[in-house]
Amino acid sequence: MALLEVKNLGISFGGLRAVNEFCIKIEKGQLYGLIGPNGAGKTTIFNMLTGVYKPTDGIITLDGQNITGKKTIEINKAGIARTFQNIRLFKDLTVLDNVKVGLHNNYKYSTVEGILRLPAYRRTEKVMNERAMELLEVFGIAEEAEQLAANLPYGKQRKLEIARALATDPKLLLLDEPAAGMNPNETLELMETIRFVRDNFDMTILLIEHDMKLVSGICEELTVLNFGQVLAQGETSEVLNNPEVIKAYLGE
Amino acid sequence: MGFLSYLISGISLGSVYAIIALGYTMVYGIAKMLNFAHGDVIMIGSYVVFTSTMMLGLPVPVGILASIVICTVLGVLIEGIAYRPLRGTSSLAVLITAIGVSYFLQNAVQLVYGANAKSFKSVVPLKGVSLAGGALIISGETIVTIASCIIIMVGLQMFVHKTKAGHAMLAVSEDRQAAQLMGINVNRTISLTFAIGSGLAAIAGMLLCSAYPNLTPTTGAMPGIKAFTAAVFGGIGSIPGAMIGGILLGIIEILGKAYISTQLADAIVFSVLIIVLLVKPTGILGKKINEKV
Amino acid sequence: MKFMKNMNKTTRQNMITYAMVILAYIIFQTLSVTGNLSSLMQGLLVPLCTYSILAVSLNLTVGVLGELSLGHAGFMCIGAFSSAFFTACTKDIITNDLLRFMIAFLIAAVCAGIFGILIGIPVLRLQGDYLAIVTLAFGEIIKNIINAMYVGLDENGFHFSLKDSMSLNMTENGRIIIKGAQGITGTARQSNFTIGIILLLLTLVIVLNLMNSRSGRAIMSIRDNRIAAESVGIDITKYKIMAFAISASLAGLAGCLYAHNLSSLTALPKNFGYNMSIMILVYVVLGGMANMRGSVIAAVVLTMIPELLREIGEYRMLIYAVIMIVMMIFNWSPKVKTWREAHSLKDVFHKRNVKEAK
Repeated sequence: MALLEVKNLGISFGGLRAVNEFCIKIEKGQLYGLIGPNGAGKTTIFNMLTGVYKPTDGIITLDGQNITGKKTIEINKAGIARTFQNIRLFKDLTVLDNVKVGLHNNYKYSTVEGILRLPAYRRTEKVMNERAMELLEVFGIAEEAEQLAANLPYGKQRKLEIARALATDPKLLLLDEPAAGMNPNETLELMETIRFVRDNFDMTILLIEHDMKLVSGICEELTVLNFGQVLAQGETSEVLNNPEVIKAYLGE
Repeated sequence: MGFLSYLISGISLGSVYAIIALGYTMVYGIAKMLNFAHGDVIMIGSYVVFTSTMMLGLPVPVGILASIVICTVLGVLIEGIAYRPLRGTSSLAVLITAIGVSYFLQNAVQLVYGANAKSFKSVVPLKGVSLAGGALIISGETIVTIASCIIIMVGLQMFVHKTKAGHAMLAVSEDRQAAQLMGINVNRTISLTFAIGSGLAAIAGMLLCSAYPNLTPTTGAMPGIKAFTAAVFGGIGSIPGAMIGGILLGIIEILGKAYISTQLADAIVFSVLIIVLLVKPTGILGKKINEKV
Repeated sequence: MKFMKNMNKTTRQNMITYAMVILAYIIFQTLSVTGNLSSLMQGLLVPLCTYSILAVSLNLTVGVLGELSLGHAGFMCIGAFSSAFFTACTKDIITNDLLRFMIAFLIAAVCAGIFGILIGIPVLRLQGDYLAIVTLAFGEIIKNIINAMYVGLDENGFHFSLKDSMSLNMTENGRIIIKGAQGITGTARQSNFTIGIILLLLTLVIVLNLMNSRSGRAIMSIRDNRIAAESVGIDITKYKIMAFAISASLAGLAGCLYAHNLSSLTALPKNFGYNMSIMILVYVVLGGMANMRGSVIAAVVLTMIPELLREIGEYRMLIYAVIMIVMMIFNWSPKVKTWREAHSLKDVFHKRNVKEAK
């Protein structure tokens, strides 16, 4: 059974059909890419997968569970975490706290226990700190744990966002243009990071990207989206050599 | 006849609120700030008229003109001194500064004129109209107030949509940076907005005090709050919204006072506001801005 | 490990805050007891505690949750009247003054908290400025209704009216407890500086501990980026209402302290309307968003300035207003900030009670 199975997903905004008959199947452990020209509807699909938008048609199944139209919080609990096109960090919280917010649903104690500083608070906070630091070390940002997230350089902010998403212990990680705004060196580093995450966190990753070096470098399969419809689907090098795909990107 | 009389009273009071609300909504839409001191500019407008006509003995038209001019200048000065330095920082910071300006105006006036109520003589020379054989009396103030509101509304809509300065205001309210890049002088546009808003406040002040002749340093505060409520009610940033919000608020207030309870009138007015906003969270004519994910 | 040391940094900062409050208490209480305090200062001791508690509790909504509330005085009003009503009714039933007072505080907190939840549920769905105006509206409604309320007690039980005392229809043995615009009279003046400081410390402990806990992080994540918070599974509604309700509860405590510092309690616009709400908001903003120590300092300083300026007589409120405007521009204007940095002056008020980079 595929980890993520999407059948005939579609959404209309008023009279505008933004996404139509979108189908995708992602196996567990895959590194999958969703590409296409700007405005094709890629982020819209991400938004439907994560409950930001409610699809008009279609079914989304995650690990056998139907999550179509559910709310973001429920979908996150079911196992999907994401990063955003414009990095969305908790700017006035520390790097460490950003990750600890990600741990919120997996490490619990009540508000009262927190205010009264009961043993449950101390115990759980200690574990959360350890877990959060582990994640930060994996991404090489443990040094900056006590800094405000807003003060990190762009590349590290990206990593923090991914670390926070991983803290929610998802089955599927959605990355929305993770290489946006990065120079070639940073992009190479990011590619390693993404591969590392897939290998060491038992993760399945779906990413949206425009950077073809990254796409061809790490994605195993691709889906190409154009005007809200699937244009091509399959193994990366095949798809990238598909003349229709080339036409869509470069024009006639 | 009672109901009709109340209704007309309500429309008249509502017209005053509408004129005040226009100032709030324009400043909010274009300068993106809540000018809490707006209500106090109204009060100053009335004091200027009072001083000119009753203390200096000048003819009423001079008093009216002086009031409009002084308030306009005051509005521009306040913006330049207190608000412009904070432009671009959090809207909360500007709000607090506006509160400081409000305190300042109220206390300055109190220092000069004392806290006692002054008796305001109406600026409206029109005599009332008696209809239906004396059963319905419409005061001159009411007629002038409602007429002024309509004229101002129409004039403002035409100004905003048909003149270059008006278009500049629309542009700045949509996207300040883009407007600047297009060559629009943002500072001047915002100053103009405050000028118009404050000038309107002067008119609102003299109309308010002509109908309710009690003038104290805090006369402008509650109408200011209510007008702000009306602006939000109608959809903040929308000129027609301010008009609808203001008039509806006036009607609800007067009818509430007449038919339910005088003491609870304020509670009724604010309750209606809450109910409307819960049903339509951006106000009657407000636009919903969806956050891009 | 490094994070252990830094975890203690926040705790250290909080300890300093508590120490400052306790120190202030020791100093002022000693002065007071030895008769070295002017009657003006003496009379200010409880109000200073009241306003500090109000500022800290409002900062929870405005600085920690990030929502602008302009109706905070409404919760204070509910706390004040519910507690004064309780003490008036149970004057003869619970004879232990202290016990009755403690229960009164509990009632104030619970009533205000309930209203916080009731109002929060519809209101917290609204965006920014709309939320502000609705909170202001609620504050005015609460004040208005309490001002028009008549409640009496006789052998038959409680009687309630919104019109006048006549329509209460009570027997001769009945007494009116809440008398419309005249409010509640005859409240035992049980508030004192010690109780005030204890309440202030309690408020600080609750808020500071909340901020430095899982729920506090959830609340702040909503403030910083609601969409991101949702994406990591934070229940937005739950935490918004939690912050709002706790904030309201604490304001209720302040209301009880306030009510038992006067023999007659009325719902005047000056005390419970938007004027008061705005005043508290000013303390919060000037003290620094989410900076609880700053809120206390601002509340104390800004309450004392008009009193200390009394010598200047008529001009004091004017000078107060000018000080406010100048302080805001000095602290927030980008141009002034650059000038300040060029002359290396530190922030007059710390912006936030958050750890800084090493």
